Order: sequence, then C-alpha cells, then structure tokens
Amino acid sequence: MTLVAYIYLATILFTIGALVVLTRRNTIVVFMGVELMLNATNLALVTFSRMHGTLDGQVYALFVMVVAAAEVVVGLAIIMSIFRARRTASVDDSNLLKL
Amino acid sequence: MFEAPEISYAALLPLIIVFVGGLVGVAIEGFAGKAKRYAIHLPVVIATLVLAFLAIIMVARDNQGATAAGAVVIDGPSLFLQGLLLVLSVIGILVMSERFGGETPDAFTQAGVSTPGSVEEALATKMGATTTEIYPLTLFSIGGMMLFTMANDLLVMFIALEILSLPLYVLSGLARRRRLLSQEAALKYFLLGAFSSAFFLFGAALIYGYSGSMRFDVIAASIGTEVLMDGLLVPGVLLVATGLLFKVGAVPFHAWTPDVYQGAPTPVTGFMAACTKVAAFGAMLRVFYVAVEGARLDWAPILAVIAAITMIVGAVMSVRQTDVKRILAYSSIAHAGFILVGLVSLQQSGVTSTMFYLVTYGFMTIPAFAIVTMVRSSGTEATHVSQWAGLGKTNPWVAAAFSFLMLAFAGIPLTSGFTGKFAVFSAGVEGGYAWLAVIGVLASAVTAYVYFRLIVTMYFGDSDDDTVVINASALTLFAIAFGVVVTLFLGVVPSPMLEVAQQASQFLR
Repeated sequence: MTLVAYIYLATILFTIGALVVLTRRNTIVVFMGVELMLNATNLALVTFSRMHGTLDGQVYALFVMVVAAAEVVVGLAIIMSIFRARRTASVDDSNLLKL
Repeated sequence: MFEAPEISYAALLPLIIVFVGGLVGVAIEGFAGKAKRYAIHLPVVIATLVLAFLAIIMVARDNQGATAAGAVVIDGPSLFLQGLLLVLSVIGILVMSERFGGETPDAFTQAGVSTPGSVEEALATKMGATTTEIYPLTLFSIGGMMLFTMANDLLVMFIALEILSLPLYVLSGLARRRRLLSQEAALKYFLLGAFSSAFFLFGAALIYGYSGSMRFDVIAASIGTEVLMDGLLVPGVLLVATGLLFKVGAVPFHAWTPDVYQGAPTPVTGFMAACTKVAAFGAMLRVFYVAVEGARLDWAPILAVIAAITMIVGAVMSVRQTDVKRILAYSSIAHAGFILVGLVSLQQSGVTSTMFYLVTYGFMTIPAFAIVTMVRSSGTEATHVSQWAGLGKTNPWVAAAFSFLMLAFAGIPLTSGFTGKFAVFSAGVEGGYAWLAVIGVLASAVTAYVYFRLIVTMYFGDSDDDTVVINASALTLFAIAFGVVVTLFLGVVPSPMLEVAQQASQFLR
C-alpha cells in the first residue's frame, strides 16, 4: 500500500519539526518548528482519511488549520512584545527565570 | 454525506452561558469608557459564573447524555468537574479583581501592550488605568476548561485545549511588576504549550488512523478488533498522554511549571494552578477510563512510573527552593503525582478519589497564592522565604491562614489534604499499586519538611522590617476565608463531598 509512504513522510516531518523546536535559538524559528509539526499532522490526517475512505480526517485537518492560525496570532504577539522590550528574539536571552 | 447532528442546548447551557459572558466582556471592552470598565466587568463575570453554576444544577443535570454527534458527553464526572471549575473560578476571579488602590501596585499591568519602561507605560500608570482584558480572557479560558472535561472526541479535546491555553498564555504576561520576567514566563509557557499540543494532535491523528474515528466510543470499540494498522494505537495513546501530562505539570513535562508560576501575575498563577489541573485531569480521566481502557496493559505501567517520578521529583526539588512561588510550583508538581496515583488505579474509586483530590487541591491553592499577593516588600511581592520570617509575630492572621494551608498541602489530619491523599492512595492500593502509595507517603513526608520549614520561618524567624502585609479588600479576604473554611470542612467532614463525588463518578460510555 503506497499510501503508507505518506504516513512515513508525515512522521519524518513531525520529527524534523520537533528537532527544530529543541535545537534552534530564534523564537520565530522555534515557532516555525511547531507549525511544521502541526502541518505534518495534517498530512497524516488527510492520508488516514483516504485510507479509511471517510472524509472525517479532512474535516479534522481544516479544524487544525484554524487552531494553528489562532495560535500564530497569540504567539507572534507574545514574541513581538518581548522583542520590543529587549531587541532580541533569541530564546537563550530569556533567562531571567533560571535559578 | 454529513448529517446535521442533534444538539441538546439544555445540556450545553452552562458552557454557552460562559462563552456568551466572555463575548459580553469583549463588548464591554469595546464600548465602555476606560474608567467605568472595571465596575461593569466584575458583576458581569460573577453573574455569568453563578448563572452557569445554576444551569448545571437545574438544567444540565437533567439532560445528561452524549450530544453534538457524540462529540461531547454530559455525565457525572463532567458535571462535577464543571461545577468545581466554576466555584474555583469565582474565588480565582475575586483574587484577580483585587485593586489595592493608592500607592500600592496591583497584580496586573496597566497596559499590557506597552513596552516595559516606555512612555506609554508611564502614561497608563499616570492615568491610573486598570487592566480589564483579563475578565473576558479568563472567561474564555474557563469555557475551554469546561469543554475539556466533557470532550468525548479527540478533536474537540484538542480545540478545548487550545481555547483554555491561549488566554492563559496572554494572562501570564500581564504582571504589573517585573514585567520582563512575566513576559518571559508567557513566552516559555506558549512555546512549550504549543509544542506539547502538537504532540497531543499527532497522537490523536495516529489514533484516528488506528480506529477510523476520534470519538471515544468508537476508539474503545475498535480496541481488540482487527484493524488496518495495529501498531498505531500505543504510540498514539502515549503522544496524547504527553500533551495532557504537560498541562498538569507531570515529570518529565514539568520544566515550564516553576518558571511560569513564578513569572505570571500571582492571582493568575493561583487560578491556573487550580483550574488547569481540574480540567486536564478531567480530560485524562475520560481518555484513560473511557477511550483506551481496553489497552490498559500497554499504557498503565508507563503512567504508574510517571506518577512515581512526578511525586519524587516534585518533593525533592521543592526542598532546595527559596522562593515561595517556586515552592508552591514544585508542590503542585508533587500533587499532580499524587492525583496520578488515584487515576492510574483504574478503579471506580479512582475516579471518585481523583475528583475529590481536585476539590481539595483547588481550594487550598487559590488562597495560598492570594496570600502571596498580600505580602510585600517595597511595593513588590516579597516572595523570598527569608522575607517571610517573623510574619507570625507581625501579622498573626495571615501567618495562621498560610500555615493552615501549608498543613493541608502536607496532608496533616483534620485538613482536606489528608482526606484527599488518603482517598487517592487507598484507590491506588485497591488498583494493585501499593508501591506507588508507599512512594506517595514518603514523598508527602519530604514535602511536609518543606512546608514545616516555611511555618517555622514565619513563626520563629527574625522579622524583616521591610516586609509588610498590605490591606486587601473584601474580595481577596473572602477568597482566602472561603478556601480555608472549605479546606477545614473537607478535613473534618469529608463524607458529604466524597458521596457527591462517588455519585458523579460514573462515566457515560
């Protein structure tokens, strides 16, 4: 079944996204990693939808897109407010709370 | 292709009331003058919460069942936890609404959008503006939490997770003092929260691939039958569990907890600590008891290990903390571990004891953080333990209330902490996890040392002249008194509440 290849692709993309979150320093890039994870999930959902022969997965993917958009709004607002206060978007500089 | 689902609006009435209240709050933000907003918001929010609570008792309770095409279920546990969330929210909102007035700064910044140290911030401060966006944000968050406890579908659960989290991210960044710290807490909470919800979603996708649906009843029915891809279930369940365990701050997904609890405005921390736990444990109960109970042999041992390390790490790490808010944060991690012992037992009593523990934990946490907002040193909150020294002599009432809550955290008899711990540990033993109960008792002993040390500092330490307890209004005092009375009551006569929890512990499958 060739459709399984898309599941592998989705898993690889999800892993890449997770690695981006864990290794990159710039908050915007970290955030892009999260978005990649969500979109990898969308690919998996649509593929499973095709495999099961139902449309549910495609509807789920639409919901995920809306939620991801809402997350971008809040996330970028928080990142912007920090950037304006500190002139930096590096996660390494956000270290006031470390004890 | 799609049939329009039947929606029982009567069953969803409490949720609808809360969301409408949030929208009214947005309208108030838009149309009322800046000076009037606070006075309008507070009664509207309280009325919304009270109405929603009445709707649970009078309407939703008589309309139990699955609705909206099985996406949400109104049953005993969801109604119990929604009621609990609403009561906790009322006292949480009261603490948030504290406006000290005069020279004493409030917990929230005057202008969340302004850059710290900028002209805009100074102007807003000079105007004496007060942050009112917190009210609609909190209401939306409460709505998401209520939906989280009744979601019977992984997609609805994911959306509820986002509805409850997004306002909390913003609320964490609105502290009045130490704004950089607060914004940093918001950033950390947001990045890690988004990361964990992506895990939750990918797990949900895998479970969808396994069973062909995200609905819990379909997932439960497909476990044990021949399906397309058998290997997807366990990774899916573990990824979903990751997202949920992050929300309760279980080890190894706890790294955000101390930082966010410390950086966020203290009233928000109290609200978040109590209500997020209630919602997330409600969701976990439903996922583990309804959806994937059939695969318990695959995930229950892992969850038991997580419960054990959560208790141990939470207890041990709290020993070396010197900041009151961080002590409370690590104590919340340890408490998450205790609750997991009840949850992992997979008994009927596991549901009862988990819900009962959530009641006890919520009513001791919000007042504890409320007391932290009142102890100040040169305007800012005095959160270092050494600054609390001698509080027993200078402010006996405050010290007594805080000491009592500490005793409840430690689980001393005649406080609700003891009955709650007893309930979850006995459920754990009943479920065959005696070793978890032993670890739990040992971890309680370690945390008790931390709390007693704090009490000793308050009563026998030398007073630090800079530290003062500021006069709070009736709002905060009522919240503290209410929490203390409930904590005492549930410690002395726990049986009525236990009985309610037991009656409500039956899931509708």
